[in-house]
This record gives sequence, structure tokens and C-alpha cells, in this order.
Amino acid sequence: MRWESYNGGHEASEEEKQVYVGRSLMASSRPFTLMPTPGGPITHTQHPYVTGTSVLGLKYKDGVLIAADTAGSYGSTTRYKSVERLKQISNNTVLGATGEISDFQALTQLLDRLIVTDAMWDDGNNLGPLDIHNFLTRVMYNRRNKFDPLWNSLILGGVKNGVKYLGSVSMIGVHFVDQHIATGFGIHLAQPIFRSEWKENMTLEEGRKLLEKALLVLFYRDRSAINKIQIANITEDGVRISQPYALKPTWNFKAFKNPSSATPGTW
Amino acid sequence: MIEDLEENWSKPCGCCEGWWACEGVVRLSKWQGLQIIALGPTFLQWDHLRFICVIVSLKFLASGSSFFSRVVTMEPMACGWTDAPHSMGTTIMAVEYDGGVIMGADSRTTTGVYVANRASDKITQLTDNVYICRSGSAADSQVVSDYVRYFLNQHTIQLGRPATVKTASTLVKELSYQNKSFLETGLIVGGWDKYEGGSVYGIPLGGTLLRLPFATGGSGSSYLYGFLDQAWKPNMTQDEAEKLVVKSISLAIARDGASGGVVRTVTINEKGVQRKFHPGDKLELFYEEIPPRPSSLLAKS
Repeated sequence: MRWESYNGGHEASEEEKQVYVGRSLMASSRPFTLMPTPGGPITHTQHPYVTGTSVLGLKYKDGVLIAADTAGSYGSTTRYKSVERLKQISNNTVLGATGEISDFQALTQLLDRLIVTDAMWDDGNNLGPLDIHNFLTRVMYNRRNKFDPLWNSLILGGVKNGVKYLGSVSMIGVHFVDQHIATGFGIHLAQPIFRSEWKENMTLEEGRKLLEKALLVLFYRDRSAINKIQIANITEDGVRISQPYALKPTWNFKAFKNPSSATPGTW
Repeated sequence: MIEDLEENWSKPCGCCEGWWACEGVVRLSKWQGLQIIALGPTFLQWDHLRFICVIVSLKFLASGSSFFSRVVTMEPMACGWTDAPHSMGTTIMAVEYDGGVIMGADSRTTTGVYVANRASDKITQLTDNVYICRSGSAADSQVVSDYVRYFLNQHTIQLGRPATVKTASTLVKELSYQNKSFLETGLIVGGWDKYEGGSVYGIPLGGTLLRLPFATGGSGSSYLYGFLDQAWKPNMTQDEAEKLVVKSISLAIARDGASGGVVRTVTINEKGVQRKFHPGDKLELFYEEIPPRPSSLLAKS
């Protein structure tokens, strides 16, 4: 009787009934991929849930600096405020990720296995940042080809044999290297600052100041960014990721105090 | 009259079966007498629309030429609510304190707008020392906990000592992450082990694993961000933590339609596990809420 009312009277075939059972049990408002309908395409493309915002990186005289804030957003809510988005991969590389945190956690697990396997060879050579960057590119691109991406934009930085390396991979496998890189909102807000103010052989202090400047702008202008940040410093000697600390914003402008006095209703 | 109705309440209709009886009632009542008397909300299907109606009294007349029925409210309802999946809209929470964890949850399970279970237990045992708070789809969260309980059972036997909270959480995360396209459940794992003491792990949608000093989840948790930002402090005692959990869940119940009922808490520490039950009428009252009193309808005259 139920099928009659859906199909306008005729008795549904077994296959049709199957499809409708599938559809009615999976409410259409669910954001998840439906189980594949018989004969239909398989699509696993996901939606991100807990996400991280921008990651910034730049090269300086002695190595590479990578910075990110520690926010995990759940849609428009800042749900978690102490999420580590910079992870040390080996003794000379750091990976930072924008996007879905669970996929980043899976990536760090995968890279851990890669590094351990590499160390077990015990052949006097270890994977450097370029090799890991290449590996990540292949992983991301292959997942993209299966329509099942790891929903991240990655920045990988490291130093090996005196050579500083800074590269980026997107969730569809686009990859490149540069002297300064940003992901997420940082592409639009931080990169222009880097392009104008970055120079060769900056000192650690200068590099840090430039990153903090960009991070502050992101805090003002990116709704998913918070004030709490971490900076990773990779040199030939090793990796140091700072404890989270907070930047001091400036709100004390005269023009901010009473902006609608001349034009009421202005936004 | 009232006594007659109560006796005949939910008797199956003679002409058709199950919930179609309601349809039978309305249609047949046009030209025949009725056998079924239904009190309270029921639903009937009329073409493509479903109506929720309160049939107060239906009388069978021997002549069959006329009938008496009063349908008190009749409003079209979205077709989905009777088929809607069981969802625990929910408010769930776990707080770590010095020496253990307190896990708390409300007790409402909904199918669409209907409260399917007003006394559900959303804090489920995984092992003797590890419990899980479930939110989101009831089915998904049950199946994930069942699998993890099964794995941990075997793991504990092989390991020869109680499983750690970290191990339990990692198993939950693996299932949530690897099946992210099919699952819709947010989970909080909490427990006590001798290595870390009390620990709380949040596993939201997508399968991220985060160890946290306290975690909230479910639709009601939206109302608690501000409250907990102000009220949570590190290094609380068991008593402070428990009061915080009960107050938080009560506040969420007050505002979230998908949360309600009683507040259940489970305290896990070195000594063991203790379940507590805070009934809905004994919870603290907030803005615009008034104390309940016994109904005058029930007063014996």
C-alpha cells in the first residue's frame, strides 16, 4: 500500500522498492554520501567537518619557519582552541595542514609509517623534505583521482644538507615550491605581505616578525582564525615547534571608537 | 463514557490492521459504525498527506447510519516524521577531574519531532573502566560502540590487564574515520586507567581524535560554549565537576528541543564506576521556568 502512494498506483518492481527503501531511510538532509544505488556511480567526495585555517611558511637565513594558529572550527563555530596543526615528521621536516583535521591526523599516521620504514633500512640515508613532499603529492593526487580526497592543503618545510626546502600540496594534488607559501585564507591575505616584505637571508627575528604580522592580519580578517598561534623553526640542527602563544591585537584607534557619529547606520 | 474509552484503548480495529486501523477508522466512519476507540495522538494517512490527530471519542451506533467522532486537532505533518531515523539530538558531556572523569548526558531520543524515548541511556559501557557518550544517529552510535566493545573485550583478554582509555578512543576513531561517509555520530570517550588517570577524548563528525580536559557534543552543546568558557576551571574536584556537568546538561535541556528528560551521570575513577540519575522534575529552574505542581485533574474528589 505504501508503494502505491509513492508511485501513483502501480506496484513497484523489486528494484524500485530497493531504491525507495534506500532513499527513505537516508533522509535527504544528511550531508553524507548515500550508499551507492544499484547501477549508479560511486561518489565518496566528503565534506570537511572539523577544519583548520591558514598555514604560512617562509625561508630565512638558517632554515624554514612555518606558522599556524591552533583553532579547530566546526562550521562557523570555533569548537576547539588547542588543535596542533603543525607536526614534526622527521628530524628535519615539519608538516602543516589546512582543512579537515581527521584527514591530517591520518596523514601524519601514514607519514610516520613511511619514516619508520625508511629508518629501518638503516642505510645511512634518510628521506628529506623533497622526498616527503613528493610522496605527499602522489598520495593527494591519487586520492583525488578516486574522488575521495584528503581534504587538506599542506605545507611541508625542512632543511637537508644545508638546502632549505619549502613546498605546498593541495587537496587535488597541485604542488609547487617557493620561498614563501601560504594556504587557505593566507593565500589572499598573507602572500601579498610576503611578496612585498620578504627578502633573502632574513634573520630568525625578522622572519618571525613577518609571520606574526601576517598572522595578526589573518586574525583580524579571517573569521575562523584565533589569536593563539604556533611557529615551527626547522634548521640543519633540527626542529623546534614553539608552545602556543597569543598575539596582541590593536583596537585602540580613534576611528574605531565612534564610527557612526558622522554617518548613523554605517556599517 | 471515559471508562468505556479507556477499556477500549488501542484495541485493534476489526476491519484492518496495525496503524492502518486509523485510516480505516476515518474512512469507514462515513458509512459504518466503528469498533476502534483511540485516545491520544495517532496518525493517519490520507492520500499523500499524513495527519496527526487526537481522536477523543468515537461512538458506535447500532443503526450504522450516523456516527459521532470528534477529532480534536488535525494538522498536516511532514511525511518524514514517522519514518525519520532515530536520532539522539542530545547533549553529552565529559569532564576530567583530579582522579577520574564525570560523563553526563540527557535522555531524549527523537524520530523527527516525536520523542521516541524519553528515558534513554546515552552513556554506554565499553569496558569496566571506559564509557562512551553517544550523540547523533542512534543506530550509528550503537553499532560503533558495539564493535568497539567487542574488540576491547578480546583485547583485554589478550593483554591481560584493563584496556587504556587511549586504546578505546583510538578504536572508536578508526571506525568513525574509515566510515566517515556512512556515519553520522559524535562520540565522547571517557574513563580511568592507571597510566593517565582520568582522560576524556572527543571524536566529532569526521573522525578527528582529540584529547581534551572536557568535551561536549550533540545539538544541545551549542548552548554551552559560552557557559563553559566561563564556568569550567582546571583542576576541579569530583564534586565541582559533577555539579558542572549536571548544571550544563540542565541548561542545554532548557533550550534545545532535541534534548530533554533526565540527566544521567557516570563517574569513573580508580575505585570504580558510579551511575547517578537526576530526574527531570528535580533539575534546577532557569529563566522563565516555574516550579511544577501536581495536576488538579488528578485530585480525588
